Amino acid sequence: MLAAADQDPVPNQPRIHVITVSDLRKVYRQGNREIVALDGVSLEVPKGSIHGIVGHSGAGKSTLVRCLTLLDSPTSGSVSINGAELSAARDADLRSARRRIGMIFQHANLMDSRTTAQNVAHPLEIVNTSKDAISTKVNELLKLVGLEGFENAYPSQLSGGQRQRVGIARALASDPDVLLCDEPTSALDPKTTEEILVLIKDLTKRLQLTVLIITHEMHVVKRVCDSVSLLAAGRIVEHGPLREVAANLGSELSRTLLPLPSAEPLGTGVVLEILFSGDTASEPVLTAAARRFNLDLNVLAGSVETLAGTQFGHLRIQLPAGTDAGPVVEYLHSQGVSVRTAGKDAA
Amino acid sequence: MNLFEDLFSNPAITKALPEAIGETLLMVGISGVFTVLIGLPLGIFLYTSAPGGLRPLPVTNRIVSDIVVNITRSIPFAILMISLIPLARIITGTSIGALAATVSLTIGTVPFFARLVETALRDISSGKIDAALVMGSTRMQIVRKVLVPEALPGLVAALTTTMVTLVGYSAMAGLTGGGGLGQLAYNYGYQRFNTTVMIVTIVLIVILVQAIQWIGDAVARRVDHRTAATAGSKKSRRHEPATVVGV
Repeated sequence: MLAAADQDPVPNQPRIHVITVSDLRKVYRQGNREIVALDGVSLEVPKGSIHGIVGHSGAGKSTLVRCLTLLDSPTSGSVSINGAELSAARDADLRSARRRIGMIFQHANLMDSRTTAQNVAHPLEIVNTSKDAISTKVNELLKLVGLEGFENAYPSQLSGGQRQRVGIARALASDPDVLLCDEPTSALDPKTTEEILVLIKDLTKRLQLTVLIITHEMHVVKRVCDSVSLLAAGRIVEHGPLREVAANLGSELSRTLLPLPSAEPLGTGVVLEILFSGDTASEPVLTAAARRFNLDLNVLAGSVETLAGTQFGHLRIQLPAGTDAGPVVEYLHSQGVSVRTAGKDAA
Repeated sequence: MNLFEDLFSNPAITKALPEAIGETLLMVGISGVFTVLIGLPLGIFLYTSAPGGLRPLPVTNRIVSDIVVNITRSIPFAILMISLIPLARIITGTSIGALAATVSLTIGTVPFFARLVETALRDISSGKIDAALVMGSTRMQIVRKVLVPEALPGLVAALTTTMVTLVGYSAMAGLTGGGGLGQLAYNYGYQRFNTTVMIVTIVLIVILVQAIQWIGDAVARRVDHRTAATAGSKKSRRHEPATVVGV
């Protein structure tokens, strides 16, 4: 299978990979049956970037998160963070390697018996940081996540979004290189989701973090990710920089990143799916084609979106009945537009 | 006989009762302390060594869990108490009196408390433990900084139930020469048909149990930060003192 490493998005530029996962496998035994949760996952995330891992439930996302932090030990394969091999580490080494990872969870997983300040101080306490140093660091972190004044509140007195902010502050307490986010916004409402995503994106820049976000929500990927992998049945089936995967017409990721409403075709004309990206998106290629072939095009569905700074237009159009699609498809191709006839890939 | 007059003139009440109260409190107090000292670590061990726990030791866990805890709990306390008299003599040098009774009381309630501790720990969401592990916590740090503080409301409730049980057991210990309110009730109330003594001891035991329950609930509420407004009252973790009657 393809690994992210095989297709370096920027081949000319040497990149430092902070997270490297190679050929990770996890097999569970359930009675006599073997359940393959991860089937050779490889992944590399360059420094300073945000990588999203999406997949349906049961695809292996949770197993992947647990294997990345060695909460579950992988059956085979390796995980390394900044060159330090996690999968081979034991006890003390594993503990210090884990301190290079900050992790946030879907339900924040704060300690109910600790106040906001005490929760953020927790990772510092376990390495015997001095009281003064803890208090300075905690204040700094609470300011960073916008929770000044909530030092003495218990988690039960905070909203879901505030709890997640405490979780983020706690994750950052040990100055990690990597922020691992397991469904960070899945339990939050849309407005709070947006706030948390903005915060994650901002912190990534300010603290030079490398971020891995595991989610089932496509808008999280659209909003913050630089690159994305699609996990299905324990394998990464599609991956790449957001711009590239979105431009790959017909792929699952492209379809979910640029969804089209379903619309029944009218009559018997050929239905084409068209994807413009970047510059072509703003040029009237479609109008030009209509004029050139003297066609009445019927637009069935369409969406235009900007992903990772590139504008994408995704259209479903229908040619008049009896029109030969061949020359039209050829012409659109020559104009740098991806085209496929509905159902099979014409690009 | 006038009950009121009897209350103040009966030597069983004026002389023996204060002493019996002292003995009961001594038995419950000492056994309570030892039950926590032994039962808390045992409960934590049962929880952490279970399959899928922090440090799974399936075989040891099974042995400790099945043999020690279940068998000890299966033996009626009255029988356990008698069978432990030789052990009490070895440890305290005597087989009668409140001090000797604390041995069987402690051994009788440790498994009970350990099970309650284990149950309270199971209530902690695994996500909190995951969070602490990812921070780089050692297992001991997880016990000290996550398990015990997070389960504290449940642990206080477990201790309350255990203390109530201890009051009941201590009354039974009185039958084999342990002293305390149980022995007073037995000697005067049962063997001498002294109803006044019987009623007074019953009232005192009820008051003692109520006081333990009341203090326990108050402390549990105080240490419970799990819900914002109705701290601790959301889930009624109160165990009814049904065990006070004993086996």
